[in-house]
Amino acid sequence: MNGPFARFKWEAVFRDYNVFFEGFLTTFEVAVLGLALALILGVIFGVISTSKVKVFKIISRIYVEIIQNTPLVIQVFFLFNGLPYIKIILPVFAIGVLGVGVYHGAYIAEVVRAGIISTPKGQFEAAKSQGFSHIQTMRYIILPQTIKIIIPPLTNQLVNLIKNTSVLAMIAGGDLMYMADSWSSSNMYYGPAYVVTGILYFILCYPLARFARKLELRQKMGKVTDTSASIEGLSVATEGGL
Amino acid sequence: MSQVFNQANMLFLLNGMKLTLIIALISIVLSIFFGTILAILRNFSNGILGKVATVYIEVFRNTPLLLWILSIRFLVPIPPMYSGIVSFTLFTSAVMAEILRGGMNSVSDGQYEAAYSQGFSKFQTLKYIILPQSFRSCIPTFLSQSVTVIKDTSFLWVVGIEEFTGKGMIIMGSFKSSYQVFLLFGALAATYFIINFTISCSVRTIKTVY
Repeated sequence: MNGPFARFKWEAVFRDYNVFFEGFLTTFEVAVLGLALALILGVIFGVISTSKVKVFKIISRIYVEIIQNTPLVIQVFFLFNGLPYIKIILPVFAIGVLGVGVYHGAYIAEVVRAGIISTPKGQFEAAKSQGFSHIQTMRYIILPQTIKIIIPPLTNQLVNLIKNTSVLAMIAGGDLMYMADSWSSSNMYYGPAYVVTGILYFILCYPLARFARKLELRQKMGKVTDTSASIEGLSVATEGGL
Repeated sequence: MSQVFNQANMLFLLNGMKLTLIIALISIVLSIFFGTILAILRNFSNGILGKVATVYIEVFRNTPLLLWILSIRFLVPIPPMYSGIVSFTLFTSAVMAEILRGGMNSVSDGQYEAAYSQGFSKFQTLKYIILPQSFRSCIPTFLSQSVTVIKDTSFLWVVGIEEFTGKGMIIMGSFKSSYQVFLLFGALAATYFIINFTISCSVRTIKTVY
């Protein structure tokens, strides 16, 4: 028996489980740090895109449009192949974090923006009348409210972020996809290696996807008040991020 | 500059773009077709087919595209371009199915009841009442997913399919100066940007029309 899924190939995968585990760990670390960066960028650019200052709006728009309309692969290749020409050599791990962080930051900025826009105007006016500055209004009044409604689209972004960390495989980044690919191209045991890799990604992503769907459904059932309008607004934000 | 954008390089890149667009277009059309079938099965079949559709969608939505590109390339003996189209179609069908399901779920129950009360069968209700409305409401999301597909075709370079990014990287191999490399990266990004931004803008226009 020597098919692509032969028994001895499976045995080899389980013998070298530490290769996959190491990759899994790297993927996990890149995802966590990438998410942190994406959230920071997303909140900053999301908030300034709703400010009254035109320059801020334009800056945020440029960031979102450029990042969303060019491939992640090109962005990562630029960090990996382009920057060394001007003597900036980043470790692949940092490129992974920076790559997915900046990429998904642009999507999260749109999610945050939609969340802020969906907050009733009266909230802003009330805060202003109480003497809150724009930043204070955001920090204490608006953002805490938007968190509830933006959690589902944010979680979907996280799932995409985890999947997109696999871009590291294209620059020998040591992530799960890379480890599986390099391991299996050395012995040609592609079948079981890819199945195990798929299962590991699924374990990371599926619970998150379930969680997002559950919250979405609950919101649609109206248990969280005042969301019908906001969900409408958020469909803009999930653009391309599905 | 003339070294970067000479005639040979431009033609070379243009061929890559042609391949990118062909793969993207075929995959998008096929994905909408298979996505529709999956969405209908998941929403309306309580039997084994419905379960299969659900599992299919969940598996493909929770694993990376790159995994499918590599798997199809190395496990299925078909020419590279076809393996690219197959992996994109497999992956994007699940996404399209979820988009369409969203559209179908937003059609109100009254529509179904009205159709049934007029003696429409389940199939007729779907074909004449539900699907036309769902498709219409899904067009913007289908288009923004197309942007994602066009961007993601650049992943195909991992298996040596010479689409736009791949061609760009091949050209880059012959460059020495940072100026040339940055110029080329700028040109690659700008080309993707022009195509995708046009689609993104039309999505926004369509949304305001709706």
